[in-house]
Amino acid sequence: MPNDHDHDHDHDHHHDHEHGSELSEMQLRVRALETILTEKGYVDPAALDSIIETYETKIGPHIGAQVVARAWVDSGFREALLADASKAIAKLGLEQKVGDHLIAVENTPSTHNMIVCTLCSCYPWDLLGLPPAWYKSAPYRARTVKEPRRVLADFGVTLPDETKVRVWDSTAETRFIVLPMRPAATEGWSEEKLAALVTRDSMIGTGFAKAANEATA
Amino acid sequence: MNGVHDMGGMDGFGKVAPDPHEVPFHAEWQARSFALNRVMGSAGEWNIDVGRHWIETLPPAVYLSSSYYKKWFLRLERLCLHRGLVSEAELSSGRSSGPGRPLKRKPLSGSQAGAAVSRPNHDRPPRAPAVFTVGQKVRARKIHPRSHTRLPRFARGHVGTIERIQGCHTFPDAMVDKGIEQGEWLYTVVFDGRELWGPDAEDGTSVSIEAFEPYLEPA
Repeated sequence: MPNDHDHDHDHDHHHDHEHGSELSEMQLRVRALETILTEKGYVDPAALDSIIETYETKIGPHIGAQVVARAWVDSGFREALLADASKAIAKLGLEQKVGDHLIAVENTPSTHNMIVCTLCSCYPWDLLGLPPAWYKSAPYRARTVKEPRRVLADFGVTLPDETKVRVWDSTAETRFIVLPMRPAATEGWSEEKLAALVTRDSMIGTGFAKAANEATA
Repeated sequence: MNGVHDMGGMDGFGKVAPDPHEVPFHAEWQARSFALNRVMGSAGEWNIDVGRHWIETLPPAVYLSSSYYKKWFLRLERLCLHRGLVSEAELSSGRSSGPGRPLKRKPLSGSQAGAAVSRPNHDRPPRAPAVFTVGQKVRARKIHPRSHTRLPRFARGHVGTIERIQGCHTFPDAMVDKGIEQGEWLYTVVFDGRELWGPDAEDGTSVSIEAFEPYLEPA
């Protein structure tokens, strides 16, 4: 188990369900605040359940993957996406609404884009779901702007020396998604089949889309 | 503020550790804390800038040693206390001692609340035309505000190029420091790696920030 990242648990998941008597300090504190805010009429527990369910089951990288696959097959959409991603995606009529100020940046053989938020953990939740723990971790936030190639190496990704690396620090309310390069030997593939090649990391810029021979479906 | 949250360019945190078995929440309290923040954040009592400021002002050692959702929880607890939504006595007893006060807006409620969660629009009317143009060289100002800012330390004093004009958005610094909603032009400014890191930069790298107009001066 890696020991040097801001892992998103305080080791209390071991106690969570089976051992009710060993409630962690955080469980107790969160429960207390929820109880108080609910009793005061500020919070409706049904809303909490619905929000959690939405982020656990409905919103995730599959939404971004659909957008990428469309851009790969439809050059008009690709251009519209790169010009104004929020507007272009709104026209797709996805079930989940995508927010404003979304910017898509395109990877090419000459430029590789990576997204980070050095000040916080800003991330396009509406397209990719909640960010992975590593995206919110100190090493990623600290190092990506200074040594992106070494950060990529932590993901097992090596770029040719001549490929430029462009890092986008999400310091305001603009949100970024990377349009990864379409894998070779996928001519004529359906959008659905292409979307299965689009990994979450490829849309953050810490990975590539899967190769055609890595397709699972 | 020059806090530990402003991490860009720091060394010593170790490797990035991707987890192939990533899940949205690693404990139930994290999920509850996340959702509580979303609901209370929709009540109009504070906006994203104020919410972030209350995470950034956690003691540095707490900030660095707390998980993401623990920071969110600590922020919510402190903000609720500060805004008189809950009392210390209530937090220590774990029970409410009376009904709440009216909130500025009705928070998200009901079993469809998840579908209603969305990122708000930050466009604000400009007070004047944009000062800078695409392609122009600009210097990020050397400023060290004690309050909230979105100008990261690693960019301050350095020269970059305006690449995009992103519209006119709520200026976070004024929101937190003065409590006013002020529109300022927002630009994507790109800096060459060598400009930021000198000989320690990696070859062929560049970094952009999203910079509000008050952060910039002509170079």
